[in-house]
Amino acid sequence: MAVCIMVIVKENYPFYVRSIPVENELKFHSVVHTSLDLVDEKISAMGKALVDQRGLCPGLLYPTEDYKVYGYVTNSKVKFVTLVDSSNTAHRDNEICSMFWKLHNSYTDVTCNPFPNPGDRIRPRVFDNMVTSLMTQVC
Amino acid sequence: MADTVLFEFLHTEMVAELWAPDPDPGPGGQKTSLTVLESMGFRVGQTLGERLPQETLGFREELDVLRFLCKDLWVAVFHKQMDSLRTNHQGTYVLQDNSFRLLIPMASGLQYVEEAPKFLAFTCGLLCGTLHTLGFQSLVTAFVTALPACKFQVVIQKP
Repeated sequence: MAVCIMVIVKENYPFYVRSIPVENELKFHSVVHTSLDLVDEKISAMGKALVDQRGLCPGLLYPTEDYKVYGYVTNSKVKFVTLVDSSNTAHRDNEICSMFWKLHNSYTDVTCNPFPNPGDRIRPRVFDNMVTSLMTQVC
Repeated sequence: MADTVLFEFLHTEMVAELWAPDPDPGPGGQKTSLTVLESMGFRVGQTLGERLPQETLGFREELDVLRFLCKDLWVAVFHKQMDSLRTNHQGTYVLQDNSFRLLIPMASGLQYVEEAPKFLAFTCGLLCGTLHTLGFQSLVTAFVTALPACKFQVVIQKP
């Protein structure tokens, strides 16, 4: 089960954080922050060899003792990072990538909302519900 | 297709509304209207910059982004590609459209050249907003020598 999903914008601050259980949020903040460097490293390493049809999906960033960290970058330098419980059997890259594509679609819908200014931290209900369903579904 | 003209009509009305007779006329008022149009275009460009490149691969360099603007963005908004893209390879790009959709209904030739810039403000903002989402600060200006052809000059600003 996905334990935490975080959306980090271009300026490298977290736009949206969701974790289960909520108490561990601070720990997840630090884990995700350290993984940002890895995301950048993987992207610059991929460079010319980019073959994915949709989005940059470097996939597994690194495993820790409890969690595995996966990352994804959009064309507008927005990064999605998710932590998944290590106790589950290995997830296939496709599943993780398709989860990120759904997240990306929902995020695009959120940005198209004309009411909040860009950069405001909002918690739109539709995005929330979608994230909840993704977190419970990835097992 | 009816939907191609919907945006054109809306845009014409936007410009007309912002240029409606003002109790406080003067160069200051006109400048505000241009800024309003540009900021509207900017906001639209920001969201287009999020939504449109979803299907494309990552952009490796500035020129890729400009090509995306000329092809995908222009096709999405104006249903045609940009006619030419020139660059000095030092951050300045000139995008030329020989039959700009928003200027076609107005005139063909030198008539109304002074009025044309207000119809380009929204599009300048659009280009600026899209570039901003894709990570580039830019300055976009438009030039019209003879309708309906126009040029957009994009200067990418180094941080």
